Amino acid sequence: MIEIRFHGRGGQGAVIGGKILATAIFYEGKFVQAFPTFGVERRGAPVAAFVRVDDDRINLRSQIYEPDHLIILDPTLIKNPATFQGFKKQGWVLINTKYTPEKFSEIPGLENVKIATVDASGIAVRNKLGSPSSPIVNTSILGAFCRVTKICSIDSICKAIKKGVPIKPDANLAAAKEAYEEVIFKSVEELPPTDGEAENLSNATSN
Amino acid sequence: MSKKEVLMGNHATSYGVQLARTQVIAAYPITPQTQIVEELSEICARGDLDAKFIKVESEHSAMAATIAASKAGARAFTATSSQGLALMHELLFWAAYGRCPIVLCNVNRAMAPGWSIWSDQTDSLAQRDTGWIQIYCETNQEVLDNMIMAFKLAETVNLPVMVVYDAFILSHTYEPVEIPDISEVDKFLPPFKPKYKLDPSAPYTFDPLCTPDNYMEFRHIMEEAHEGTKKAYLDVAKDFSKRFKRKYGILELIDAEDADILLVTSGSMTSTTRVAVQQLRKQGEKVGICKLRMFRPFPTEALKDAIGNLNGGHRIEKIAVLDRNISHGGGGIWSKEIKGALFGMSTAPKVFSYHLGLGGRDITPDTIKEAYEHVKNNDQPKETVWIGLKR
Repeated sequence: MIEIRFHGRGGQGAVIGGKILATAIFYEGKFVQAFPTFGVERRGAPVAAFVRVDDDRINLRSQIYEPDHLIILDPTLIKNPATFQGFKKQGWVLINTKYTPEKFSEIPGLENVKIATVDASGIAVRNKLGSPSSPIVNTSILGAFCRVTKICSIDSICKAIKKGVPIKPDANLAAAKEAYEEVIFKSVEELPPTDGEAENLSNATSN
Repeated sequence: MSKKEVLMGNHATSYGVQLARTQVIAAYPITPQTQIVEELSEICARGDLDAKFIKVESEHSAMAATIAASKAGARAFTATSSQGLALMHELLFWAAYGRCPIVLCNVNRAMAPGWSIWSDQTDSLAQRDTGWIQIYCETNQEVLDNMIMAFKLAETVNLPVMVVYDAFILSHTYEPVEIPDISEVDKFLPPFKPKYKLDPSAPYTFDPLCTPDNYMEFRHIMEEAHEGTKKAYLDVAKDFSKRFKRKYGILELIDAEDADILLVTSGSMTSTTRVAVQQLRKQGEKVGICKLRMFRPFPTEALKDAIGNLNGGHRIEKIAVLDRNISHGGGGIWSKEIKGALFGMSTAPKVFSYHLGLGGRDITPDTIKEAYEHVKNNDQPKETVWIGLKR
């Protein structure tokens, strides 16, 4: 089972982002489950959304405590300790930012973690999604996420956007495709082993 | 053709109500139910459902409107949660005792105060004596299917049906759901044709004064209708499974054949319990699940049969009832019902009671395993045990 956690702020589209991602992966024949933080939402307040993916029916209905991948819609949330809580470190951290991944690799807890960055806010503003001061970045970030993790194809993301985004479908499709092209990351082959992978290796040898 | 989509539980309800060609919808918004009627109001506004959508000023009025609609011969629906259901309380009796086949969706939300919007079954279970049938759902597929079946059941036995599921854990969670084709649903669920209805051209009086000469007989007739509901549900479910290939029962046994201990669940906690049981089974533990779908009428005989007839009379030693609810001063509500149902049965298992997940406290596989370890390591049930309580 793969578990994904989105961190954003109310109004950025984290919840709908989770639904679109789940739908896209569902189109490729997997079982999926997507849910928001259970509770009240306020514009600007930190929110989380969750996606589970598996080859079999998903019975687990508890919250996600140890996500495989993190999607960070607002880079200021990097300072929030809750953002990295339980992160397994073998997976990807995808950050919406203008900076390159190197900028984040020295942050405590993010050393030797696979980081990808994309200027999802810039892409959303260019495509007139939301307002320049509070762009809706969910569709952009998903274009980047599917490229980095290969969890599903960009075609499936686009199909899910067409199905699940009633407003400005063309602009959202364009944003997803632009982010797919623009996301900055190193392929797994180019990267040194992450902390999590190194741990797994040492466990395997000690066993 | 049926289609499969990724749906939240609340929209599974909306589409079930649409597929049932509901004619009158009256509701007042309340979290976590609101999306059900939001979507239905869109569906009605688009002209995709030929229903009268009545906006009302309270849940009390919502129930009053659906009762009136039902009396006039319309298929009627409402949805609510928590304090909203409590506000309907008086009229819930009018609906049931008046034999109105209304369907109500209640999204379980904890009662306040402590002000809460999170899951807890106390709201619906507290309405147990109002005469409504109550059905609890584990998945969004069950939500959609049982919504359609609820109308057929209600109209078969002339009693209102409450379809119930957990706040957020199902209501706001997206998962794949198969949506049947409406032409198939039409064959399963024909238009509602009541024997008697409000009609100026053929006038009847409904629900008049009932003197002591007759009141008990009304209660007795209605109790017989409740008893008949258990078989009626099985008939409806059988017809449903023939057409739509999904089976439903009053209760469901999972990994129970050789079990020494059964965990008794309802609603969405059953899913996470499946995960816990799978893990425990891998460690060699003989544990299974008895998932209860129907609370009213209470499935006493089905429960006795299920527990007494496993694997040719194999005896279950202990059962652990998991209650996401509380009747203060009385304990877990499912637990009390089950103890009552099994009382006097010579092979009755020992019944252990657990409170867990109240007010939306997360239920994880570890929560379930903690209950299992307790029931396994204790010979006699004492007082109700609270799992995960901070002290």
